[in-house]
Amino acid sequence: MTRFIIRRLISIPLLLLGIVSIAFLISHNTQGDPLASIVSERQMDNPEVVAAAKARWGLDKSLPEQYVLYLRNLITGDLGTSFRTKQGVGKDILERLPATLELVIAAMILGVGSGIVLGVLAARFRNKPIDHAARLWALTGSSTPVFWSGLILLYIFSVVLGWLPGPGRLDPRSVPPEFMTGFLTIDTLLAGDFAAFGDALHHLILPALVLGWTVMGIVSRLVRGSMLDVLSQDYIVAARARGAGELRVLLNHALRNALVPTLTIIGFTFAYLITGAVLTETIFSWPGIGSYAVEAARNLDYPAIIGVTIVGGTAFLLSNLATDIAYAFADPRIRLS
Amino acid sequence: MSQSVAITAFRLPNWAKLPVIIGGLIVLFWTAVVLTINFWPIDDPIEMVAKRLMPPSAAHWFGTDALGRDVLSRTLHGARLSLLMSCAVIAAAVGIGCTLGAIAGYVGGFVDGIIMRLVDITLAFPPILLAMAITASLGPGLENAAIAMIVVWWPVYARLMRGQVLTVKVREHVEAAIAGGAGHSRTLLTHILPLTWSPILVNATMDFGQVVLLAASLSFIGLGASPPTPEWGSMISEGAIHFYKWWICAGPGIAILSVVLGFNFIGDGLRDYLDPRSR
Repeated sequence: MTRFIIRRLISIPLLLLGIVSIAFLISHNTQGDPLASIVSERQMDNPEVVAAAKARWGLDKSLPEQYVLYLRNLITGDLGTSFRTKQGVGKDILERLPATLELVIAAMILGVGSGIVLGVLAARFRNKPIDHAARLWALTGSSTPVFWSGLILLYIFSVVLGWLPGPGRLDPRSVPPEFMTGFLTIDTLLAGDFAAFGDALHHLILPALVLGWTVMGIVSRLVRGSMLDVLSQDYIVAARARGAGELRVLLNHALRNALVPTLTIIGFTFAYLITGAVLTETIFSWPGIGSYAVEAARNLDYPAIIGVTIVGGTAFLLSNLATDIAYAFADPRIRLS
Repeated sequence: MSQSVAITAFRLPNWAKLPVIIGGLIVLFWTAVVLTINFWPIDDPIEMVAKRLMPPSAAHWFGTDALGRDVLSRTLHGARLSLLMSCAVIAAAVGIGCTLGAIAGYVGGFVDGIIMRLVDITLAFPPILLAMAITASLGPGLENAAIAMIVVWWPVYARLMRGQVLTVKVREHVEAAIAGGAGHSRTLLTHILPLTWSPILVNATMDFGQVVLLAASLSFIGLGASPPTPEWGSMISEGAIHFYKWWICAGPGIAILSVVLGFNFIGDGLRDYLDPRSR
């Protein structure tokens, strides 16, 4: 076990170095001029700014030296300064992190939860209409462009029906709660402001649904598959023979074991959710990292784009590591292979 | 006898086959659109043909956009760009990925290590972020978006192909071929590769839809097609500006959904067919 974890941990710094190297490569080839990735066009004819940037990132030095400087700057948390916000990219990302996490966690709960329910139903009623409907629903979810379904749902539920609020995290007229966790649903509760809590929750529903729907499909297919494997095993037959109720067999006996291989979906879903969050946040004007990345890309704000890419890659890597370790804990056979 | 075969083949599709048939029809429809769109009696996709922002009507089934262009015509013309670009991206990704993956799996050792670390690192990024960063740094535009997507996608096939080659490499018929004096290229090309295609094919089919989605996403963000080119993603981003005129983005949205769904249906069916365990 420990050996397995250590082996996986050793690969992490190497992969991180790889991520950073690719980022360096990208920033170095920006528009054919590395300076373009550090200094915005407007500042280009300001010799002071250009000289300062060159000195800080070592652009007048040799390539290996530049690489070392780049690494050193990154390790100290310096991801460069955004052209657009005029702030450090690291600071920008930290400010926006809670919004993205709140959305992704909500979407994960909705997507994984409904995916498991759907997967169990599909396995139990295999090749029956419920199974086919679940498959259709799941495939539709992973086939819908979130930037379109988000617009359509906003139009239906916010404009036509008026049931849910428009884009954003809170009613623009209201005062945001004091910053505690950055999760508005939690902060409003901590402040004891239930009206604001309801408002935050209402704002969260649509984007979380749109985002969650994209992963529900994968989750339900995986759960269905592993449920089918488990349901055909002897101990299930034995449990049924002993007279255990259907619900008890499904949930207590089968699902528990079926969920072990499904642990891998945590890594999968995270990848999907990051991808989806970029576009969902844009549609819902959600002030998270995703919409920050899109704004940066639209304005060719290179330090911000590359910074988000590094942070996203790192987060992705760590979530995969966590999944692997959780999986090894849950299923001893993995460690041996 | 021959009659009964015909009857079996034409029996009503059962539930499981239906999605594959629907998917096939959708893909067939879009392929036909791509090939024949120039002969269709529809409006020019770039010219202003009616009043701006008109809701759907008999003359313009999907309405008109902010510049008075016919949304239906733009949607149909958009298919050409989206589908041809996705074809090119998938072909290049499969070609590069499979070549490198086959080499890594067959040669092994140091070469394998280098190629697979490259794969690991590329796959360590969330695809859309890496694609955005590469496209933006190369400069927004369709070609650069396509290059970025190839960079993002080839590792999937390299990994898949390597795994395939590794399992086939140790089979007895390969040993027999080597013992019979077959050289490296002959062993790899005629004895190993022909047995590796099925998961690659399934993956490429399933991925085609995802490539269409990613291409549209990049254009939606503003890194892909530039106006006035009719492209689904950029049409939806134009529609998002005129949010209350829902029809502007309805056409391209349904187009993307149908293409992706069509390929997913086929891929799902193919997987069931090639891997009966999942049935």
